Amino acid sequence: MSTDKRNIWVGAFVLVAVGLFLSRGADRIAETAPPRGPGLGHQVSLETAAAWDISIPPDGHNLPPGSGTVAAGEKLYLARCINCHGKRGRGLSAEELVGGVDGLTGDYPEKTVGSYWPYATTLFDYIRRAMPQDAPLSLTSDEIYALCAYLLFLNGVVAEADVMNAATLSAVEMPNREGFVRINEMAR
Amino acid sequence: MDGNDPSKDKKSPRRRAAATGPAEPLPTDPVAGGGLLHRRLFLKSGAALGSAAALGVTGTFAFAAYGEESALEPPGEMPPMPPATPPWMKTPGGPLTNYGQPSPHEKKVIRWITSNQSSPGNGVSWTPLQDLEGAMTPNGLHFERHHNGVPAIVPEQHRLLIHGLVARPLTFTVDDLLRYPMMSRLCFVECGGNSNAGWNPRPLQARAGHLHGLASCSEWSGVPLAVLLDEAGIDQTQAKWLYAEGADAAAVGASIPVAKAFDGAFVALYQNGERLRPENGYPMRLLIPGWEGVTNIKWLRRLKVVAEPMMSRDETSKYTELVPDGTARQFTFVMDAKSLITAPSPGKKMQGPGLYQITGLAWSGRGRIARVEVSADGGASWAEAELQEPVLPHCFTRFRIPWDWQGAPAVLQSRAVDETGYVQPTREALVAARGTHGYFHYNAIVSWRVSAEGKVSHVYG
Ligand code: HEC
Repeated sequence: MSTDKRNIWVGAFVLVAVGLFLSRGADRIAETAPPRGPGLGHQVSLETAAAWDISIPPDGHNLPPGSGTVAAGEKLYLARCINCHGKRGRGLSAEELVGGVDGLTGDYPEKTVGSYWPYATTLFDYIRRAMPQDAPLSLTSDEIYALCAYLLFLNGVVAEADVMNAATLSAVEMPNREGFVRINEMAR
Repeated sequence: MDGNDPSKDKKSPRRRAAATGPAEPLPTDPVAGGGLLHRRLFLKSGAALGSAAALGVTGTFAFAAYGEESALEPPGEMPPMPPATPPWMKTPGGPLTNYGQPSPHEKKVIRWITSNQSSPGNGVSWTPLQDLEGAMTPNGLHFERHHNGVPAIVPEQHRLLIHGLVARPLTFTVDDLLRYPMMSRLCFVECGGNSNAGWNPRPLQARAGHLHGLASCSEWSGVPLAVLLDEAGIDQTQAKWLYAEGADAAAVGASIPVAKAFDGAFVALYQNGERLRPENGYPMRLLIPGWEGVTNIKWLRRLKVVAEPMMSRDETSKYTELVPDGTARQFTFVMDAKSLITAPSPGKKMQGPGLYQITGLAWSGRGRIARVEVSADGGASWAEAELQEPVLPHCFTRFRIPWDWQGAPAVLQSRAVDETGYVQPTREALVAARGTHGYFHYNAIVSWRVSAEGKVSHVYG
């Protein structure tokens, strides 16, 4: 048998096998799976997906390399944040970033980063994606760590000498860590 | 339910004087205090017609019109007849248009904007519910809540990425999704912060839409999320949450239980038949019927399949509700049943005693509206309102009831009950359960006071 002929036979066998597999698969799908789409999605590499991924979960596993100090954060705050958030995170047009030391049960509870936020990782995530509001996604990782350090220091959560990086930020225990109760049954 | 049995209503101002012995109730007898009439009065036979005329209120079958509080015209005067053949019948009309606009005489029907003065794209605009009829919201009047403006997305440059706990990370172009099998749903979208003026110790004076118009209702069409997640090969054992993220300048995100993704959620591409408006998520958004607005991520660009919620800012710092013991309700997702009377409502004015149509909207994130009850005596007695068909789950439902207003001060309320039996709470009950610092998910009964002069104001209880 010539190689050409043999290839044809092998090809035919493969076709039949694939056909059988597909038709059995189709039966199974019809019974159990939701309606199938036309399958037009384009597969991307894990690297591409990672480049799009700007979210930081509470365990901090997606935090980038880099670090920042309270002093560096204060400098940046004066340059990039104070116009909206006021001196030391209080006052002016935007939200209070500091305060609520009297707790959350009184007549005028203040929900701030220090008094209310359950995770410090959220601060990195949010500043990176949304702040400064007039130029989101413009800060470097070092700058964001520094701003986290400064805001956590102003809230009395970290010490003035503390340096924030992927490991230290994920390890910060926020005062209101246990303050949330999941309501929807799907969320439990 | 208390006091809505008409036969027990001895205070009825319209019992027939000439009645002898135990009379059959007339269709025009009030069915609850304050002059509420049977919801089907006008759907009944000619007999009802005759007795309605016998009301002697308007002498006809028509409802009195609500005026505008600012209107200068005294009520009651019939404007002079216009010419038998008006000018627009004597000259050719305007040209055809590529995209129609509302009449120039309806310029006052607009979204009311409240935004941050130092960043105008951070704020809300309210649907003018008091000016609309039916259940659907025109696209240009759908409420807005943006955290940092409306992004100017070029559709060819937009992708939806699905990644995380999947076999194959996938991207979809807009054109890809337009080729998928579509589904449509008529449903409301409501901001979790809608109606939150109700937490104030004193009732704010504003129009109905400016208090409750962060809710709108549309027909949305798009691709079931389940189809896309299946295509990416979601890891059924570990996948518990989806983190959805928008392509706006705040990259607003929300974590959604995976179970919900397979329970009616879809990626919407069309709103009321046309492609999404930029302010409603163009070119694609998440739609989760009945769930809090912020989970319906606009400008959807990314879905990350994960095991735990992301705990992003808008599901921790915001869209959570502080309760009196100092803890906060989180992932409250479902919008509980709510209703409100849109006419009469603040800013509208009664034009003297007469027969009026009370109308309003009811909706529930739990499913269908089962019934709406209306009170004209501050909740002492209730009458069932007529629901406009179709009554659909997670959809605005229009209700109406006739009202014989005799000119006495009255407090109007509406109360929604949904198919799960959930009853819209009084403000007192809601505040007792949640305190006043929750900020989100205010859904208490709304009260409008009608004064003897016919002015309508917002009151509590
Ligand atoms: C142009 C004004 C403006 C500037 C500049 C600005 N912010 Fe903001 N910030 C806001 C507004 C407005 C909000 C509320 C956003 C919303 O409603 O979604 C906010 C919210 C925040 C929050 C969330 C507060 C909370 O409790 O939820 C943080 C944290 C924050 N800003 C940090 C910063 C930092 C750090 C900078 C400087 C790098 C900065 N902001 C610069 C306007 C600004």
